Amino acid sequence: MVFLNDPINFISGWIRGLLTGWGLTESLATLIIYLIGITVLIVFAMILDVMLVWVERKVVARFQDRLGPNRIGPFGLIQPFADIIKMVIKEDITPAGADRIVYNIAPVLAATSVILLWAILPLASSIYGVDLNVGLLYIVAAGSLGTLAIIMAGWSSNNKYALLGAFRMVANMISYEIPMVIILLVPTILADTMSIKGITQAQSGMWFAILSPLAFIIFLISAIAELGRSPFDLNEAESEIVSGFNVEYSGMKFGWFYAGELLHAFTFGGFIAVLFFGGYGGFFGLEKISLFSWLNNPFVQAVVFIAKAMFGYWVIMWIKYSMPRIRIDHMLAFNWKFLTPLALVVLVNTAILSKVLIDLPTWGYALCMFFSNIIIGFITIEILRSYGRKQRKANESTSPQVAQN
Amino acid sequence: MTVEQIIFILTGALILGSALMVVTTRKLIQAALWLVSALFGVTILYAILQANFLAVVQVVVYIGAIAVLFIFTVMLTRKDLRDQNSQTRSNWWIAAVLGGLVLTGLIFIILSQPAFSRTAEAIPAGVDTLRNLGTALVSPDAYVLPFEAASVLLLAALVGAVYIASRTGEEK
Repeated sequence: MVFLNDPINFISGWIRGLLTGWGLTESLATLIIYLIGITVLIVFAMILDVMLVWVERKVVARFQDRLGPNRIGPFGLIQPFADIIKMVIKEDITPAGADRIVYNIAPVLAATSVILLWAILPLASSIYGVDLNVGLLYIVAAGSLGTLAIIMAGWSSNNKYALLGAFRMVANMISYEIPMVIILLVPTILADTMSIKGITQAQSGMWFAILSPLAFIIFLISAIAELGRSPFDLNEAESEIVSGFNVEYSGMKFGWFYAGELLHAFTFGGFIAVLFFGGYGGFFGLEKISLFSWLNNPFVQAVVFIAKAMFGYWVIMWIKYSMPRIRIDHMLAFNWKFLTPLALVVLVNTAILSKVLIDLPTWGYALCMFFSNIIIGFITIEILRSYGRKQRKANESTSPQVAQN
Repeated sequence: MTVEQIIFILTGALILGSALMVVTTRKLIQAALWLVSALFGVTILYAILQANFLAVVQVVVYIGAIAVLFIFTVMLTRKDLRDQNSQTRSNWWIAAVLGGLVLTGLIFIILSQPAFSRTAEAIPAGVDTLRNLGTALVSPDAYVLPFEAASVLLLAALVGAVYIASRTGEEK
């Protein structure tokens, strides 16, 4: 029963007993246990990544009314392994004039920046890497390492399309980091902590997606931009700059970028689940009733978390395969003129209301927060509508032809 | 030697080696990447000192923003990114003398501090350093004045940047 209720501590206690029984010192045993833990976490993330290749290909096929991989194994389940074998046995090419060291470090750094995020992702109340008190800032920090990897790849390839892709990606990521950081403050205010686990526990009664739906939408948009997925995939833009920053990479080095991108998308699905949908918990107080006490089991929690993360990942894929790519000036204008001001308004609203309404019962608090967000959303849409109408009138009066832009 | 000391020595070697490469390598972009490596070493130092917040902010601000902007500026202002410039000018020895003087002065001041030979106490469990830092930044009897002064300075820089950008827009 101990194993079922707290698997990680049970296994680590068992290994510790084994190692100290062999005559190792306590500190060396701790070091070995940490190393084993890190390896297991990375292996878990990479195995999940292999399955994500299949999920992604199957889902995109359904969106495009195709069947997807269905030849190798049942439902094409062995397809990703065939893909990996193909990637590994491809010729490894380094372009002439490339900066060899930087060129080879870039894919490693790209994958590392994603795996780093798994250190703070809580799968269940007792299954997590580390519970940092600056968890939310850590997400931003890992993201900035990803930006660096893309710059390094783009520059070291000695290819102008790769460099253009890197430029676009940096413009994209630096801009969309701002609404993301602002909106990460909303869960911080609501939960009164920056620790990922603390935020999850604060949502056991009420999801933050209900308290602040606008914050959820803004986080989703800036997360997609941070991932560089469609409609923000200007860094790849096959029709304009071939494939962007990774155009010169072949074989498994390209594979690392690809695997990193898929795992990154799933990880952000996980963060959407953690920050706005209660993560491994968030059963609206149901787990406190003795009939539903099995919801507190770490294995059940892990399944709930993976399901929620998969849903977030599915939403990101849904948007990716339904939206066309937007132009770069539209993308920047959308960020600076719309998303950033809106994020600031939502932040100020949350900060004031969470202090004003502190004495209300949970349902009243949730209702007021929800409706304040609805009102802000309504006002935003009205402002946009009147601006659009003005713009159309101005275009009609200046030119008799069909309005450009 | 304890594990912490070994990590500290390795990190110090990383920082100093990277910093040396920043000023000696001839390729500008590589110099910027070595700078990133040096800044990352400082992050490790903060992590050893249990300063989580400073470690993460070091990555966000210095690596994520400043170093990336350095690289971006170099990329946008050079015709050939593989250019190899000499790192020194004719009056490099004046800089070397001044730098040496500052270094000796700093070492002298640090050695004369009583805190130099003291070992740091471990942070007691249950103390939320992040919360203490946040409270100190906004409480009137701590650092609210320097904090607000820095905010006004940054706001002035922002307004200045917007003004310059909007003026070039009018000239078109």
